[in-house]
Amino acid sequence: MGDIFTTIYNFLLSLLIGLGADQVVADAIITFLAAAVLATCVLLILIFNIWLERKVLGRIQDRIGPNRVGPYGIFQTVADLTKLLTKEIIIPSGADLVPFFLAPILMVASVILVWAVIPFTGKTIGTDVNIGVLYFVAVSSLGIMAVLLAGWSSNNKYALLGAFRAVAMLVSYEVPMILMLLVPVLLSGSMRMGEIAAAQSIWYVFSMPLAAFIFLIAMTAEIGRSPFDLLEAESEIVAGYQTEYSGFAFAMFYAAEWAHAFTMCALVATLFLGGWRGPGAEQYPTLGFIYLAIKIYVVYFFSIWSRGTLPRIRIDHVMSFCWKFLIPLALILIVLTTLVDKIAQILLINRFPNYLSMATPADMLPRAGILLAVNLVVGLVAIGWIALVGRRERRHQTAAEHPASVEAGMATR
Amino acid sequence: MVITPVTIAFFIMAAFTLGGSLGVVTNRNLFHAALYLILALFGAAGLFVLLEAPFLAAVQVLIYVGAISVLIAITIMVTRRIMGVESANRQWPLSALVGLLLAATLGFVIMDRFAGKFPVAGVPDDSLTRLGMALVSYEGMEAYLVPFEVASVLLLAAMIGAIVVARK
Amino acid sequence: MGEWTFIALLFVISLILPAVPILAGRILGPRKPNPLKNSTYECGVETVGDTWVQFDVQYYIFALVFLVFDIEVVFLYPWAVAYGQLSLFGVVAGIVFIVTLAEALLYAWRKGALEWV
Repeated sequence: MGDIFTTIYNFLLSLLIGLGADQVVADAIITFLAAAVLATCVLLILIFNIWLERKVLGRIQDRIGPNRVGPYGIFQTVADLTKLLTKEIIIPSGADLVPFFLAPILMVASVILVWAVIPFTGKTIGTDVNIGVLYFVAVSSLGIMAVLLAGWSSNNKYALLGAFRAVAMLVSYEVPMILMLLVPVLLSGSMRMGEIAAAQSIWYVFSMPLAAFIFLIAMTAEIGRSPFDLLEAESEIVAGYQTEYSGFAFAMFYAAEWAHAFTMCALVATLFLGGWRGPGAEQYPTLGFIYLAIKIYVVYFFSIWSRGTLPRIRIDHVMSFCWKFLIPLALILIVLTTLVDKIAQILLINRFPNYLSMATPADMLPRAGILLAVNLVVGLVAIGWIALVGRRERRHQTAAEHPASVEAGMATR
Repeated sequence: MVITPVTIAFFIMAAFTLGGSLGVVTNRNLFHAALYLILALFGAAGLFVLLEAPFLAAVQVLIYVGAISVLIAITIMVTRRIMGVESANRQWPLSALVGLLLAATLGFVIMDRFAGKFPVAGVPDDSLTRLGMALVSYEGMEAYLVPFEVASVLLLAAMIGAIVVARK
Repeated sequence: MGEWTFIALLFVISLILPAVPILAGRILGPRKPNPLKNSTYECGVETVGDTWVQFDVQYYIFALVFLVFDIEVVFLYPWAVAYGQLSLFGVVAGIVFIVTLAEALLYAWRKGALEWV
């Protein structure tokens, strides 16, 4: 049973061969078309996403959101884009021209490239390279390069400061992110995105909830959304590395930011929420595409929700949170899960011969249960520890500010 | 010589690598030199892909383009003089000689070992699994446990050293 | 190799796709530069001195710690791929590797290298 993409592929192939092209040429043409359509769709879906995000944000803040252009304001983004097209692209004096224009282009490219390894259905994936997960990390480092380029070439102190602050934050949160990307690789034994999605008879978010949560936090920081939206802390660094960009050069940064958010949601859906998997998706692969879309938008909704509710955190807190909490926690989690899981595997392999099998949920259940237990223990201890540290910190602060209000022993310290 | 898509890709990547390297040594603006370096490293990543070593290619982009370049950019910002640094000093003929000798040696070794032995056998499908097994096994043909653990100690030492130096 | 053709094509397309609108913006949009408009935007205040000021060494330390961890994780990926087939010894060997790096983090923490100032 093929899915809709395979059907289209076969149709095009027979069409081209019917027109007189040989197999290799026809394949090359279809590959090119597929790449072009994929890249265009990633950008086109933004028109809907931006509208959706503004609408949801509006509701969260007790507003209506865009409602003038078209039904329910759905063409608001188109109107905005048209406006931006008529605006001048100002080149600031002293700007370094090539890096200045390369930055927004690279930024968009780094996001589009990720979609090459997202499995859309059980059978359709741009390309299932055997290093899929690392490919994603490598490609997203191009985005960091783009930030550096933009900050450097603008000849503006705010842009430079903003870029270096953004880079410091992005690279810091990349560490917990790549550590947690290890988890699906550990469990599925492959770096291919297609295999990782296919291996999730039980979604990894159920067996490794803490890993999924850490990844979600790191992802929020990587896409620069509140509470980590320091990249655009306008009261401190104007507009960060985008300060000197205008017109469509700015629009490209804007598009890249939104596309990045959506792409990361797709990644969470694929790595931790089972990707295309769902009831009936094996028999009818097209159904898998719908499941994937639903999962992506669920994660996306969470991202909008956190953006609409959480206040911005100070930069030193953001950095300490990453280096002194997330990374140690991620390391402890990996060490404990691998150790416990391996010991359990050796002890239980006689009772559950399918311990490592990922074919059915029943096979995965013993392993998932053990992993879940480890996750819960680590998570609860971490929460308890941070609550303790926080309470001690607050007591110190109160002691420093109002010595009289604290009991004598604490005040003298 | 047969022109195939792979050879065309090879020449494009080689052009990136060589052109980038040339840009690094001739540019007066340190930041531009760093950008050319990234271009050269990117070309090298492309060459790894052509050699069917995608893992190395990803690592190349991840570490060199993603991390080393950031480190270089920040190092440039932390040190003072950025623009108009003289790109050559009096020792350049000597370093050119050393570079040529090194290139000649490498070329000789490669020709001596591999000439006429192309194409080599394809990469096995489970190469990554075997790499992972080799990293933690201590006996047999593919035993790299000691280098693996030494690498972690080396990284630890590098970090301690860097922090000590940076604090001064 | 075939799978990389797609990525190469996608790379080229994803560079062209954002470049075209920017070019279109340059052509379609107005272009009336003047020295005041092109001057560096610093909230209306005249720019003082060079843009490329000297940065604090703190950024450098963060970048360096990041680099060390980046390399570490790269070593861990093949280990993770092989994890299902490893013996307990192999897993412990990987854990020793992680713990050594955790020491590096602990050292940086104790030395105050992780303080953002």
